[in-house]
Amino acid sequence: MRAASTFFWRRPYWYLALLLVPPLLWFGTVYVGSLFALLAQSFYRIDDFTAQIVREPTLATYKQLVTQPANIDIVLRTVTMAIAVTIACAIIALPIATYMARYATGRMKAFFYVGVMLPMWTSYLVKVYAWRQLLAKEGIIAWVFGKLGLSGVLDTLLATPGIGGPSLSSSYIGMFLVFVYMWLPFMILPMAAALERVPGSLLQASADLGAKPAQTFRNVVLPLAIPGIAAGSVFTFSLTLGDYIIPSVVGAPGYFIGMMVYTQQGLAGNIPLAAAFSVVPIVLIFIYLSIAKRFGAFDAL
Amino acid sequence: MTAAIEFRGVSRIYGEVRAVDDVSFTVEPGEFFAMLGPSGSGKTTCLRLVAGFDTPDRGQVLLDGADVSSTPPYDRNVNTVFQDYALFPHMTVLQNVAYGPRVRGVGAAERDKHAREMLELVQLGAQGERRPAQLSGGQRQRVALARALINHPKVLLLDEPLGALDLKLREEMQIELKSLQKKLGITFVYVTHDQGEALSMADRVAVFNKGRIEQLAAPRELYLKPATAFVARFVGSANVAEATLAQALGATAPFAIRAENIDVLDATAAAPAGVATAPGTVVAVQFHGAASRWQVTLDAGGTWSALIPESRGVNGRTVGTRVQLAWPRDAAVPLQA
Repeated sequence: MRAASTFFWRRPYWYLALLLVPPLLWFGTVYVGSLFALLAQSFYRIDDFTAQIVREPTLATYKQLVTQPANIDIVLRTVTMAIAVTIACAIIALPIATYMARYATGRMKAFFYVGVMLPMWTSYLVKVYAWRQLLAKEGIIAWVFGKLGLSGVLDTLLATPGIGGPSLSSSYIGMFLVFVYMWLPFMILPMAAALERVPGSLLQASADLGAKPAQTFRNVVLPLAIPGIAAGSVFTFSLTLGDYIIPSVVGAPGYFIGMMVYTQQGLAGNIPLAAAFSVVPIVLIFIYLSIAKRFGAFDAL
Repeated sequence: MTAAIEFRGVSRIYGEVRAVDDVSFTVEPGEFFAMLGPSGSGKTTCLRLVAGFDTPDRGQVLLDGADVSSTPPYDRNVNTVFQDYALFPHMTVLQNVAYGPRVRGVGAAERDKHAREMLELVQLGAQGERRPAQLSGGQRQRVALARALINHPKVLLLDEPLGALDLKLREEMQIELKSLQKKLGITFVYVTHDQGEALSMADRVAVFNKGRIEQLAAPRELYLKPATAFVARFVGSANVAEATLAQALGATAPFAIRAENIDVLDATAAAPAGVATAPGTVVAVQFHGAASRWQVTLDAGGTWSALIPESRGVNGRTVGTRVQLAWPRDAAVPLQA
């Protein structure tokens, strides 16, 4: 034992290697390896007659992806939902995260952190199906609206073309609500972490120099929360882009990217198209990160 | 003349702790006022009460004659240099300095011009486009100063502003701050735990202990005539004879005697007239260059120190030697019990 300790103490590189090799092997083969295998699949194509995969490099599958209007619809629908969910999460999370990081102390703080994380201890599927019940035509939300005499409001909302539907549980509004609920903790936690790191003296300095609370918020708190918002939005954006369970349980029948990947690689057996579809979120996230970087979201890191 | 700052029976209580306990004092316009004390003595809380980051539980805080006890910081004509500088990391140096005018609705061109002038004043004219993170500690300190001065405050509050700087830079900045204060004629309230800093810079010093002011006086008086045992020890590093020890040494009341007024004599030497003596044993001798500090445990209790110039030598005395401490009776400063 002592000899081994001395051996590693004298050779720090061996020690580092011992620490890093297992996770790097795991990460390299299981994660990056399978990702590249997937990407490689997207450059094959499926033979329309035999339904066999033709293993020779081609861009035919990508051509199919970007030229078929139905596929473009799926991408646009998914991206629109992801953007809407991200914006809504950011707006809802900011006051909560600000309170958690800057005002709550002791038990109240613990209560809020546990409160934000508690839903994540419940099965994802249970929550999705529970939401379907809540949003159903006979569900509690419709019932509350009815008791408050606001059924008209709900009906008008559901009559909105594009996002409406026969009930909340079969409309994009309902799907949006479930997405926001599901991913909200992933926005609140990084945002609160970013705000926790802002020294209180910065806020005092701002007030000291004559800034009203709203000005302090706009000029100091918000810019310093941006790295947290950026981190959170990467979660909410990518989770929405890739999810296939929520769109298939709640909401209107239109396909989302994740459902398409699931269907193509499963029922349809079109692995190349499924692979090509799964490249779309990767590309979108990459574009998103470049835009965020350009706006200086990571300058403070 | 109306006082720049006035505290009238101010208390601030956090739960069980009386951070500031019934404190009253005034600061005159244009004065360099230091608040000195160990950490937790209430000096920083007093500063926060002036800035408006905290409100008193009892009593009133007046600025320029007006009660501001419940006025928010952004409505007070007071600015602060923070201990950690509190520079906005996402803004350039120029934007930091221009922040005050910006939030008060001054146009971009005018506030930038003004901010550049302030940066010139603190000799950072060329650094305007850099980020605070790219500056050294001393430069950040100057940016914080320029940013706090741009609004032309009546009072500038400085919360241990030199605490994070190294000794040489700290001494340079002390001189610079003092001359800046003279030049601008602004009231400075300077919080520090470093008695040397307070004595060398301030017109008057308030010594804080346990939420109260022990003594408020000019530096020289504070040093020569400490009112309490706490002030004598904290400000002058003086030897203090509390009631019991004072009695044992033949005095009627507690007194303080500074180390440089004490001489070390041989155990058998006779004391001249007007000189008090106390027998003891040398426990340590620390060489300080021009003088050495002798630690002597008195037979009557307590360990005192004597500062002996090197020119007088050690006369073969060393740790364990029996000696007498001797001091002129009129050098002893009587203390409040």
